[in-house]
Amino acid sequence: MDYSQFLNMGQELSLLAVILILFVADLFMCTDRKSGKGVLNTPLPVILLTVHTLLGLAPLVCPCCVADATAFGGMYVSSNMAIVVKTILSIGTIIVFLTAHEWLKQPEMANKQGEYYTLTLFTLLGMYFMVSAGHFLMFFIGLELASVPMTALIAYSKRSQESAEAAAKYILTALFSSGLMLYGISLLYGTTGTLYFEQMAPQISATNLVQLAALVLFIGGIGFKISLVPFHLWTADAYQGAPTAVTSYLSVISKGAAAFVLFVVLYKVFAPIIDQANLLFFWIIIFSITLANIFAVRQKNIKRFMAFSAISQAGYLVLGVMGATPQGMTAIVYYLLVYMVANLGVFLIISITEQRSGKLLISDYNGFYRTNPKLSFLMTLALFSLAGIPPFAGFFSKFFMFMAAFKAGFVVLVLIALVNTVISLYYYLLIVKAMYINPSDEPIPTFKSDGYTKLGLVLCTLGVVLIGIISWFYSYIDQFSFGL
Amino acid sequence: MTYTLFIILLPLISFLVLGIAGKWFSHKTAGWIGTLALAGVTVLSYYAAYEYFFVIGRDAVTGAFERQVPINFCWLPFFDQGLHFDMGILLDPISVMMLIVISTVSFMVHIYSFGYMKGEKGFQRYYAFLSLFTMSMLGLVVATNIFQMYLFWELVGVSSYLLIGFYYTSPAAIAASKKAFIVTRFADLFFLIGILIYGFYTGSFAFVFDTPEGLASYAQAGFILPLALTLMFIGGAGKSAMFPLHIWLPDAMEGPTPVSALIHAATMVVAGVFQVARLFPLWVTYAQDWMPIIIWVGVFTAFYAAAVACAQSDIKRVLAFSTISQIAFMMVALGVCTELQTGHEHVGSVGYMASMFHLFTHAMFKACLFLGAGCIIHAVHSNEMNAMGGLRKYLPLTHITFLVSCLAISGIPFFSGFSSKDEIITACMAYSPAVGYIMTGIAAMTAFYMFRLYYGIFWGTENKELHAAHHPHETKVMTWPLIILSIITVGVGAYTTLAGFGMFDGYSFGSLISADGQDYRIHFDTSVALTSTIVAICAIGLATWIFKGERQPIADKLYATFPRLHRWAYKRFYMDEVYQFVTHKIIFACVSKPIAWFDRHVVDGFFNFLAWGTNATSNGIKTLQSGRVQQYALVYLVGTILLIAMLLIF
Repeated sequence: MDYSQFLNMGQELSLLAVILILFVADLFMCTDRKSGKGVLNTPLPVILLTVHTLLGLAPLVCPCCVADATAFGGMYVSSNMAIVVKTILSIGTIIVFLTAHEWLKQPEMANKQGEYYTLTLFTLLGMYFMVSAGHFLMFFIGLELASVPMTALIAYSKRSQESAEAAAKYILTALFSSGLMLYGISLLYGTTGTLYFEQMAPQISATNLVQLAALVLFIGGIGFKISLVPFHLWTADAYQGAPTAVTSYLSVISKGAAAFVLFVVLYKVFAPIIDQANLLFFWIIIFSITLANIFAVRQKNIKRFMAFSAISQAGYLVLGVMGATPQGMTAIVYYLLVYMVANLGVFLIISITEQRSGKLLISDYNGFYRTNPKLSFLMTLALFSLAGIPPFAGFFSKFFMFMAAFKAGFVVLVLIALVNTVISLYYYLLIVKAMYINPSDEPIPTFKSDGYTKLGLVLCTLGVVLIGIISWFYSYIDQFSFGL
Repeated sequence: MTYTLFIILLPLISFLVLGIAGKWFSHKTAGWIGTLALAGVTVLSYYAAYEYFFVIGRDAVTGAFERQVPINFCWLPFFDQGLHFDMGILLDPISVMMLIVISTVSFMVHIYSFGYMKGEKGFQRYYAFLSLFTMSMLGLVVATNIFQMYLFWELVGVSSYLLIGFYYTSPAAIAASKKAFIVTRFADLFFLIGILIYGFYTGSFAFVFDTPEGLASYAQAGFILPLALTLMFIGGAGKSAMFPLHIWLPDAMEGPTPVSALIHAATMVVAGVFQVARLFPLWVTYAQDWMPIIIWVGVFTAFYAAAVACAQSDIKRVLAFSTISQIAFMMVALGVCTELQTGHEHVGSVGYMASMFHLFTHAMFKACLFLGAGCIIHAVHSNEMNAMGGLRKYLPLTHITFLVSCLAISGIPFFSGFSSKDEIITACMAYSPAVGYIMTGIAAMTAFYMFRLYYGIFWGTENKELHAAHHPHETKVMTWPLIILSIITVGVGAYTTLAGFGMFDGYSFGSLISADGQDYRIHFDTSVALTSTIVAICAIGLATWIFKGERQPIADKLYATFPRLHRWAYKRFYMDEVYQFVTHKIIFACVSKPIAWFDRHVVDGFFNFLAWGTNATSNGIKTLQSGRVQQYALVYLVGTILLIAMLLIF
């Protein structure tokens, strides 16, 4: 066996190294129980992950490294776009770590800080494998590696009933969806005799009903990860019950990886039956966006609210899958990046507010502007971006997404999505209204954020403001969009 | 020449610093930050002009100044090869000249404002807005494409709005700022429509008009291209205060006087002229038949504004109307230009050069006049002429510089206005003697009302009690800009007059800027020069005869003889009232009210219905999210089966 092919999976290896270092560090480095401060929380993980992110970019900037490569007989496929996606995911994880700092500082968390980081990074590793899979086995291992530790993360607050309940719901639904998806993959294997993406495509045909069923089952499995209607029902409960830092991770990172993989598999494997897939997505998207919007309108708990917002955003994200065009690919990755900064920004504020005041209801945010004007302002920017108001990045990402779908010929779908942006604007503004206009006798008292949260907020706000108006981001992603 | 990027970045940085952190700076620091940024801009602009005209110089083959595009990047790409929005910097003779004009006047205004705005509340905000305006205006003139121009065009409008409404506690200032914004914005709507039509039919926004694809699409566009240009001209007419869209400019005088000098005399109001000049190759090649629109709008505006200026008593209003009239001169000059090729056998191309030349000289002397007016207002605390009179003793430097500028605007030889106005009239004569004679007449009116203003301020009856209350005086920091601007006026005037009369054969304005970039040496047409000088001197003489004395029996008699004419002119021929009538009685009552009803009942009703529907559905289906995981699995399974069934059926 040629061991040099390991070098083609540099990002995975360096992430694994980060995990191992953290694992060992967790054994030997003590955290001060009272203050919850220590190397492990949070400087070491963030620095290591930053180094990892920068190293991972090497194939894109330095011509000596090979970006497009395969390993293990084509089970693992790396491409420029995959590197970009992985980089976006790891940047997101860094921001999630910044979010988690305050939460992990609590006395009851002090002795399990290390586990949080290793578990989170293991799921990230799973997503890396998923993104780079060229074979259904690799894909499935990556998917499971991303889901199983996630359950542990959701159940992380051991003594919280809600957290345990959320984890139970998550793992049960995850198992169910994995089972159905495996069934779909086995149908594919049965009809084609291979699990390689490349070899499978020529044998797929629209007349083969078994393969059509497999397509639906596969979409169901992925739809569970992205939380698309009707595979979404776990989302609200899991988001609400999970610790906020984990919710923040769930809402962006795992969703982003899955959306990308969905595109890749549709493009590579199901290309011959793309019309059927489009028909499915047509309805899935309409239902995801609309149902989630309708539910979001009447939520009281802000985390649950964000869950429905996430389902609706997932609908927009999948809009780029329609037609499987290069523009759609760019639009998905760009949308992911923009959605990530805005959503993580909102969660940073939810998390710090929860840590400082313990409040999670939307009505608790009444009068927030009087006591915490800066946080309110940043939250408003992030919400505006989520709603797609220019000149924030969210406008541009939605614009490119709609444009891609429009060019692919889905005019009706774009129209429905446009109507839904109006509804989404309404409920995002509900929070803004709560913060700025609604009076409150007992607003959340003024508090100071810690340095990590501030850093995270700066990163997110820069992203929200700049990613849209600086066209470089879009054109940079766009240049890779043919190299799947 | 990538460094030209800093010409835009410096004021932007200054705006951001002063806008965000301004309240932590003292007045002095804030002023210095703004002024130093502008000093940097001025140095860079002059250096860029030097490098452009004298280092890079003429192209060896064509003998013209070539366009330089140091920076241009695609800001907002669309798919395929269609339209895209670019941002960049385009240097060509007119944009380089505009850089000089804007940076010089803006720099002078920055210095001047130290004295004029001293102790004002919101001093930092004032300098922040000045920086914003300068940045936008510079971005407008160096735009590489019409979309970028539009973007900065709107930014200029916004900063003008902010500065007119600077004294936001005064209702008049607020009303004026809104009026300016709404009127120009209304005109910009046509500009935008023009841009969209243009982009749709030609497939490009760039200011490059000689590409093969471009030529092919222009040829195909037919009457669409002139239509688009005319719509864009309406936008330009709004910014440049052409009749009937001029009504915002006199009110804009509610802003601080240095702002009037910078924005409403020298730079922003000429944006419309600049826009027409920028698109001029298109106008002259494809829309020749539509150019009389420009001419007659210009001629009428010039006459109307000059007539109104004769009767105003607020000195800033007189200057405002004189600005409108002078900008109209520039528009007319562009309109009468019928060919691009320059040379003495091609008289048709003089207009373009004359227009740009007048833009340049007018910016300098009009800024000087406004800044002088600022000194006077600062000294007597009033805008009204009857509060003044006899001020030449108290404000000697202001007096001299004001006189110099008045002579320049009146078109007296050896002052800059003479050379440029003379070229305009030459160009008009070449187009049609009728236009030429009308413009000569309006030039005489200009000399008359400017000297009426001059005598009213510096001679005539002194308002003793008012002057005794507070001794009028000059501030040093405010007189320096006046001196510099009048030196430019005299220097440019003397040089070009001598060159024009053929005393020596050197460079003159036309050598740098002409319709096709070739070297064009200005030589005055003796008969035109002589006529206009005599006419100007007669008009000044008339003004002296009527207004110089302590008492003004002739003026009083004139008012008594033609009371209605005077009242009409004083009320600006009731244009504002006409607007009030049209907007309130016709548009608001007959159009807006039904639309508002429709909006309130039908459109809002639809959205209320949507909201009601959303809420009702939301309540109806809440059982779906029951929290029972068995049910979740069931929905999952049923959903999957339904989807499979759907595929099988279709």
